[in-house]
Amino acid sequence: MSASSTAKAPAFVATTKAGRITDFVDARVGGSGILREFGRKVFPDHWSFMFGEVALYSFVILLLSGTFLTFFFDPSMAETHYDGSYIPLQNVEMSVAYSSSLDITFDVRGGLFMRQVHHWSALLFVASIAVHMLRVFFTGAFRKPREMNWVVGGVLLILAMAAGFTGYSLPDDLLSGNGLRIIDGVIKSIPVIGTYTSFFLFGGEFPGTAVIGRLYMLHILLVPALILLMIVLHLFMVVVHKHTQYPGPGRNDGNVVGYPLGPVYAAKAGGFFFIVFGVVALMAAFFTINPIWNYGPYDPSPVSAGTQPDWYIGFVDGALRLMPGVIGDFHFEYVIFGYTLTLNVLLPALVPAGILFTIMFMYPWIESWITKDNREHHVLDRPRNAPTRTAIGVAGFVWYCVMWAAAGSDLIATHFHVSLNDVTYWLRTLFFIGPVIAYIVAKRVALALQRKDREIALHGRETGRIVRLPHGEFIEVHAPLDEYKRYKLVGFESPVPLPAVPNDHGIVTRKEKQRAFLSRWFFEDRVAPATPAELEAAHGHHAPAVEAAEESKSLSH
Amino acid sequence: MKALSQKRRHPLAAIALLLMGLLVTGGLYAVATTVNEAKASTTSYSANDTAEGEKLFAANCATCHGMGASGTQDGPSLVGVGAAAVDFQVGTGRMPMQMNGPQAYKKPAQFNDEQTHQLSAYVASLGAGPAIPEEHLLDGQGNAAEGGELFRVNCAMCHNAAAAGGALTRGKFAPALADVSAKHIYEAMVTGPQNMPVFSDANVSPEGKRDIITFLKQIEANGSPGGADLGALGPVSEGLFVWVAGLGVIIAFTIWLTSRTS
Repeated sequence: MSASSTAKAPAFVATTKAGRITDFVDARVGGSGILREFGRKVFPDHWSFMFGEVALYSFVILLLSGTFLTFFFDPSMAETHYDGSYIPLQNVEMSVAYSSSLDITFDVRGGLFMRQVHHWSALLFVASIAVHMLRVFFTGAFRKPREMNWVVGGVLLILAMAAGFTGYSLPDDLLSGNGLRIIDGVIKSIPVIGTYTSFFLFGGEFPGTAVIGRLYMLHILLVPALILLMIVLHLFMVVVHKHTQYPGPGRNDGNVVGYPLGPVYAAKAGGFFFIVFGVVALMAAFFTINPIWNYGPYDPSPVSAGTQPDWYIGFVDGALRLMPGVIGDFHFEYVIFGYTLTLNVLLPALVPAGILFTIMFMYPWIESWITKDNREHHVLDRPRNAPTRTAIGVAGFVWYCVMWAAAGSDLIATHFHVSLNDVTYWLRTLFFIGPVIAYIVAKRVALALQRKDREIALHGRETGRIVRLPHGEFIEVHAPLDEYKRYKLVGFESPVPLPAVPNDHGIVTRKEKQRAFLSRWFFEDRVAPATPAELEAAHGHHAPAVEAAEESKSLSH
Repeated sequence: MKALSQKRRHPLAAIALLLMGLLVTGGLYAVATTVNEAKASTTSYSANDTAEGEKLFAANCATCHGMGASGTQDGPSLVGVGAAAVDFQVGTGRMPMQMNGPQAYKKPAQFNDEQTHQLSAYVASLGAGPAIPEEHLLDGQGNAAEGGELFRVNCAMCHNAAAAGGALTRGKFAPALADVSAKHIYEAMVTGPQNMPVFSDANVSPEGKRDIITFLKQIEANGSPGGADLGALGPVSEGLFVWVAGLGVIIAFTIWLTSRTS
């Protein structure tokens, strides 16, 4: 495009040297065309839209700090005797990997800081991805046309967890070795192929002498490359789809209201990178993370109290902790044809995570099948305006949090002076009823908020001003909202249940009946937005004098 | 021999044999289990100490441990627990116990050093048991690296690799070891207070115990090289910190960045 435009305008000759160089480059790479296109992309401004950026920036920080660490890290599992600055480990037998991690920590200038930058930004990376996904889910941003981008995001979450876990295992200290041992146990619990897979992965019996080198290759080569690929896909689709926006006056599915990328938004985003970097750097400077010197070298026999994975693997660890070994006389371990089936490892390690990720990936299609909603959506839902979806999300979130909390059950017990057994019993109970309670409560809260919105739209907000009328009656003055604010409260869709309809052959299929049932479940409880007629009628109530007086004030609510 | 072989079918022969066997195994067991026990010594206590200790015991401890420390339903017998056990339990304030529960809590000591000494003298006089460790084992001049290895193999599964403490079943717990005196650490190892196992001199030699104490004192004195240690509790406190503080600060920035000047 730019090539053709320069061909048509050969008369232009830049006057300065810098201008000529710029023109030379532009004529060959078409930079101005790209800039014109991207510089005018509009991004809506809202704080909750920035978590994806936080994740992206954390990833950049990870690449930079990780590259520094590769200069000094040696992923060898050969045995050596530590001979560095840290006295309490002097002359202790350990792997070269652990020894080099200690050298990075104590003998490389700035090494400890960089290690902490790397680890803190890793935790932040996964956390910001998680918050970003929650935002996308609860605002309905995964709907058409963004279903595939939602899946790419889910893949990114899994890749981020994989990157985190492979990195967590690298220092070959006691903590990471314990983590690997659990993974080894989970792999071995998979029927038939488990043992073979474990031996393949570890190059023999656990722990072997190969696994750190292999994890290192995955950690610095394969996983980051895949993450980068997925980020490119993710951002490409964001550009294609354009950004979603919250509902507001003048915003619809056909436009995007916000700031253009250049120059203000780009400057903001660039500055935000340095803010994220600064926050991570401050955390790394002042707060210890993964004190590998405390844990000592890995040795399969000792296990330290308080051994947990990093937070994002915590829910799997928690599920393992919640699983009972036996219930009364009922065992979860069977020997079938000489193969041991260990359900008390297999079930908690794979099933909850499997359910969570399956539902997460399929959710956009599940919802559009139930609602028969195949339209494009660029305007987001406020979470309260999609009560059932919000309730499903909260239920899943609570389920996750119960498992997550279980990973810290020992610390809950010691820090709140309660019995570890009681913590486990409570969390087991909550594992089953927690999501149910969360679903009911979240749905009721969403509906209640909708009713409150409706009330405010119809009758205005409470001013706290009590007025005594001439005949003695006291009333509280309600101030009507201005149109901008009212739009937010009334401008949303509130679908009704879709009954089962016959197909082309005039038959109501069983599947269609199921869909209708789910549609009723989805939309049965609803609070319709106030209609213009209702608004008109409601506003007719007010004594004109009071209303006029209130309208002249600026409303801050 | 003939007399012995003639009597081998005597109706009491089997019983006599059984008794003999029990005596031999019991005797050997008693020898085997005490040979590695930290050496008892009651010599450093005067008769006056013991007498004063007995009075203190009768007034403060006998309710649960019984007169003569022979034990009741509420408290175990203290015959043979040794001076080290008393010095630890009373010296750290765990005894007298605040209330019945899964485990006695550490609290300000109720008796002064002299009274603790007297109580130790009295209980030590009741039967041989681990004595209060000698000064040279507590000097913290052992090998910290050796001590660290011993700690990770023997202690870290309950007390945490950084000695930050950990949970046990049903409300019991292994306490954090910062600020515990060398003497009390040593006494705990030889007497196994509360739910702790005994680490006899065969398990961990006195020199090994000295190394463990050296390790603990050294990591305590070193502090955390990486900044605030967040309780040295591992990934849970780190995760909590990144979610609350890290994301919290970043959210504050996002709100600031997207706020409009109006």
